[in-house]
Amino acid sequence: MGVAKYIKNEKDAIKEVIYQSGIKVKPSYGPEDLEKAGFKYEKDLGAPGEYPFTRSIHPQSYRSRAWTTRQYTGFGTPEETNERFKLMIANGQNGLNVAFDLPTQMGYDSDHPLAEGEVGRVGMAIDSLRDFEAAFKGIPLDRIGSGLTINAVATIMMAMYQAVAEKFGYSKNQISTTPQNDILKEMIGRGAWIFPVDHGVRLVGDSIEYAVKELPKSNPVSICGYHIRESGATPAQEIAYAFEIAKAYIENVTQRGIKPEDFVGRFSFNLNVYGNLWEQIAKFRAARKLWAKMLKEEYGVKENKNLFLRGLFGGGGSGLTKEQPENNIMRGAYYALGAALSGAQTTALCSFDEAYTIPTPRSALLSLRTLEILMDEVGLRDTVDPLAGSYFIETLTLEMEQKILEEMKEVEKWGGMVKSISNGFIQRKVSRQAYEFEKGLQSGEYRKVGVVPVSEKGTDKDPGSEPAAVELHEYNEAWAEKSIANLKELRRTRNGKDVAECLKGLEKAAKTSENVMPHLVKCCHAYATVGEMAGVFRQVFGEWKEPDFY
Amino acid sequence: MATNKKIRILIAKPGLDGHDKGAKVVSLALRDAGMEVIYSGLHQTLDQIIQSATQEAVDVIGLSIMSGAHLPICQKLKAMMQEKGLVHTKLTVGGVIPHQDIPKLQEIGVAAVFPGGTSFEDIIKGINSLFD
Repeated sequence: MGVAKYIKNEKDAIKEVIYQSGIKVKPSYGPEDLEKAGFKYEKDLGAPGEYPFTRSIHPQSYRSRAWTTRQYTGFGTPEETNERFKLMIANGQNGLNVAFDLPTQMGYDSDHPLAEGEVGRVGMAIDSLRDFEAAFKGIPLDRIGSGLTINAVATIMMAMYQAVAEKFGYSKNQISTTPQNDILKEMIGRGAWIFPVDHGVRLVGDSIEYAVKELPKSNPVSICGYHIRESGATPAQEIAYAFEIAKAYIENVTQRGIKPEDFVGRFSFNLNVYGNLWEQIAKFRAARKLWAKMLKEEYGVKENKNLFLRGLFGGGGSGLTKEQPENNIMRGAYYALGAALSGAQTTALCSFDEAYTIPTPRSALLSLRTLEILMDEVGLRDTVDPLAGSYFIETLTLEMEQKILEEMKEVEKWGGMVKSISNGFIQRKVSRQAYEFEKGLQSGEYRKVGVVPVSEKGTDKDPGSEPAAVELHEYNEAWAEKSIANLKELRRTRNGKDVAECLKGLEKAAKTSENVMPHLVKCCHAYATVGEMAGVFRQVFGEWKEPDFY
Repeated sequence: MATNKKIRILIAKPGLDGHDKGAKVVSLALRDAGMEVIYSGLHQTLDQIIQSATQEAVDVIGLSIMSGAHLPICQKLKAMMQEKGLVHTKLTVGGVIPHQDIPKLQEIGVAAVFPGGTSFEDIIKGINSLFD
């Protein structure tokens, strides 16, 4: 029953409930629970918009502004992606969340042998500034912010975003971009890493330093508990590991002589929403509080706006099932409800067909409408943090806080996040948990509606599997041909001497501790390709070798 | 194959996709089922996969593919296996694989297909049955 552990008696009554983070839930809660936990309104909650921000980072939250919706979008050629961007904006979406294909994410041009069969498949193919010009044509970059889902080469895409904005006549002060740029989580889950750990963290540091100095409205890093959770972490670990990753980046940047106060306000988070509703809500509330407390007490950050845990709470991919995919529409709605009850600032939902395919326009719009219904129709904008004061939610939030702190302590005992990832501790722990959870799901210990446990296969409880009626997003071979043809044309027509000079400057910076960002912006303006820029890094930094996961 | 010999399997992640939860949990399940499992790690070229399969003398190559590129990858790898003399090695594939692609994969010579949602039990049975 659900993703929590439910122990029942012979009459199907619940005897015990244990959440994934390890918290036991009682049959009912009362004032005595808050007293036992030492709950104090001022210390633990405060008013919305006041430290420690458990309730909300803004006093008015959704009263002043509904959440920003950012469905993950991108496929095929930049031109095609541009059409989909415009469709989503015309339908009310107010931010972009850009998907790149795998060759782009891994720093290869479309004509690289390793790109074969992958060009434009899971996101749009970007080789040079010319492609960004097509992708963002006609998008008001001073009004619409863009999340760029890219990590190993996030510095390159951030530079290219600045370059395209400048090309279109915006100044770098007007634009707002949030590259994902969280390389450490790629090494735990998702796997789009290239360079060794230290070099990867250095590039993140370069982009943060650059954004502090040159891009006042951009958020250079979005720390992703999201993918760590997808890889098998519990909700408490999701937050704990995200915070430990944040600490690794903070350390890198403070070593450059920049105070945390001057940059931590630019961090944002990408967190997951699937699972037990109450556990998610407690997780987000505890996370807001802990983040503010940690920054204030450990890093001496003073200004309220720098203590905010901002971010996208959404997605929920691992909660969706391949079986009976239409059920995912309802699941998504409940996950989004959890995000809204937690005061998510920005959100997006995985579409119901994602176990099968890249979402079709219809399923992407359905996700957007689900988010709108919550804000515009059923009352989630009415009042801030509506669950505050619930005996259960407040007790759970305090318990979640403790669980998160325990998980953080373990990472610190291992020597911090960089070390824990370098030697594979986290990856092994998370994979093992994923395996145990999957076994539990297959045995029926955990329940998902529509998923038949192995023991019930072929019995009268098994409705049998009918092929799902999902419309597939087709991969088009012509995308690769077009990208490769464009690339050839670009190489022929650009000023090769300029490109070579810019790349030489980039190489020099990469070899020393000079910030690579200004060089990347120059390279992008000169139409150097992603493969050429990443190639410089590959040559200077080398590639990461994964630790053994057993 | 003699029944007392453990099945050796290379779980491999070809191409650029980094979603490795499936590959890792299946590796753990097969190991718990008594097979000898070698996990390739991420971002493997087909040449690297052939090389590991040869060096480790595996009985099975199990590909994990989420990107949608399973048809071209399997076709190419199968041809390379023929070329390099890996004629007794079985090729299997799991991941995000639409139903209608299963016959196409079988035609290419893939011995077993395990789309997302296949239970560990069925994967273990499926691999064992290749050696009945």
